[in-house]
Amino acid sequence: MPSSTPRSGIDPMEWWRRFQEEHAWQLREFVFTLGLLRRNPSAVAGSCIIAAMVFLALAAPWIAPHDPIRISLSERLSSPSWHHLFGTDELGRDIFSRVLFGARISLRIGLLVVGIAGGLGTVLGAVAGYVGGKLDDAIMRCLDIVLSFPSLVLAMALAAALGPSLRNAIMAVAFVMIPKFARLVRGEALAVREKPFIAAAKVSGAGHGWIILHHVIPNCLSSVIVLGTLVVGETILIASSLSFIGLGAQPPTPEWGAMISVGRKFLMDQWWYATFPGCFILVTVIGFNIFGDALRDVLDPRIRR
Amino acid sequence: MSDGVVIRAVGLKKYFSAGSGLWGRRKVFVKAVDGVSFEGRQGETLGLVGESGCGKSTVGMLLSGLHRPEAGRVFYRGQDIMKLDGRERRRMRRNIQVVFQDPQSSLDPRMLIKKAVGFPLEVNRLARGAEVTRRVEAMLAEVGLRPEHMYRYPHEFSGGQRQRINIARALITGPQFVVLDEPTSALDVSVQAQILNLIKDLQRRRGYSYLFISHDLSVIRHVSHRVAVMYLGRIVESAPRRQLFSAPRHPYTRALMAAVPTPDPTRRRPLALLPGDVPSPVHIPPGCRFHPRCSEALDVCRHVEPTEVPVGSDHWVACHLWGGGA
Repeated sequence: MPSSTPRSGIDPMEWWRRFQEEHAWQLREFVFTLGLLRRNPSAVAGSCIIAAMVFLALAAPWIAPHDPIRISLSERLSSPSWHHLFGTDELGRDIFSRVLFGARISLRIGLLVVGIAGGLGTVLGAVAGYVGGKLDDAIMRCLDIVLSFPSLVLAMALAAALGPSLRNAIMAVAFVMIPKFARLVRGEALAVREKPFIAAAKVSGAGHGWIILHHVIPNCLSSVIVLGTLVVGETILIASSLSFIGLGAQPPTPEWGAMISVGRKFLMDQWWYATFPGCFILVTVIGFNIFGDALRDVLDPRIRR
Repeated sequence: MSDGVVIRAVGLKKYFSAGSGLWGRRKVFVKAVDGVSFEGRQGETLGLVGESGCGKSTVGMLLSGLHRPEAGRVFYRGQDIMKLDGRERRRMRRNIQVVFQDPQSSLDPRMLIKKAVGFPLEVNRLARGAEVTRRVEAMLAEVGLRPEHMYRYPHEFSGGQRQRINIARALITGPQFVVLDEPTSALDVSVQAQILNLIKDLQRRRGYSYLFISHDLSVIRHVSHRVAVMYLGRIVESAPRRQLFSAPRHPYTRALMAAVPTPDPTRRRPLALLPGDVPSPVHIPPGCRFHPRCSEALDVCRHVEPTEVPVGSDHWVACHLWGGGA
């Protein structure tokens, strides 16, 4: 006799059906947002660039024709050819392969920095905005100090103080980016905390931590995503700048900024050395910026409906 | 405590500071609630009626613990809530819940209905997991919603349905006393009646006690057992509903009643409008706070604040015309 007793394991189909049911609104909203993005030319261009970069970064080990750190002195500083698409550097390494592997590093830096700075900044901003009063003043004035320096200068100082390495450069840039997220989220949290549903949560016995986690932060999330996209571009630029002056990635790591830094010496005679990494920085940063701008437009509720 | 009193408020006062005076020397206070006492009885609805800005919503906030009163006490079944320590007070607060005026903004647009209704069970550690789902389902059924509504978001509901969700959220922890802060004034008239009937129905079945705050006398008349009329932070008259509506004593109550439109065009009455505006609660008039607008004001009204005196069984008035000066 087949019985209808529920099985103990999780049925993936059942789980998916359940997920669809519980998140029907978000799914619909997501599809709607995708539709708007598709009709927005800069969003399409930006997402194509980002997708291409992500693909190149992920597929680098397979599509790169050479080992990015293999030295071949006999081929040093050869100009672009079919064998070396972007030419070679002063140690005969293939610049095309190095640029592809450099995409991995730059994107990883971008994501890590946005993850760290976005996470910390959101929590700090949400706490400052929701709690208010002296704590708000304390947090925001500290962040104002960070904000009062140009971000590149402060990141340089921090990276130099921590010692030149890629990890320290990431931490320095993340630290510099925290106030951007915190200020944004604080502003939104100030508006959210006056909403009657916060009062309702308090009366129902919810603590402040619960309210911040379940009401304040979810309501700030869409702006954080937009800012995060924009910050990825800026981060790649700053991280490359740090590497350029020798405070970020160390040789032989194929980092774009570091490559330009060395290539600069050869710019007069071997134009390809610094040009191709530079182009990749330019294109990637532009891709993230225009996609971020478009995302902001599309998610803006005033334009949306 | 078997006298049937669930909530007793004694001499509640709430002042909001409204910046400093002209030269920054003395602080200016808005006396939103200025000495309010009342009782909420088991299974009964106490209607609290007054113009906008008279402090009636603030009274609800004081009961629910969203504001701390400057003075006065709140007793829940004879126990002084203010004297309890943190954890005890939290447990006590569960018994007093609030339904807010605006059903739209009382719900987080990003929170699933299941969570918006069920979270009080979780944060108070009353239920977990499947038990929460079961109880949310039962609660939604109680307020007239279907189980599949659990997996929707607030924007998918009409105003009336949203208010049902808010009522479900307030009632899910099984409170004894519910503050209904103008629960229907943001709704269409036809939906108002549905929500009012739901509220009355829940009371009949579950024996809830309500404080029903409204500026609408006809709504108050529909739901209340007893009515308290508030003016500028004070209760000026309180009586059982029937008595208050058939024999209002305070001049302010009479003026309020005269302002209610009648649906009978042949019985056209002259509108006895109150002269002037509600005075600012920063500068409350001396003596009786109603005297500048009162057509029957005596000389004594200008200097002496009247106290509440009984004028019938369970009928109290704070007015010199009824001997409130004694």
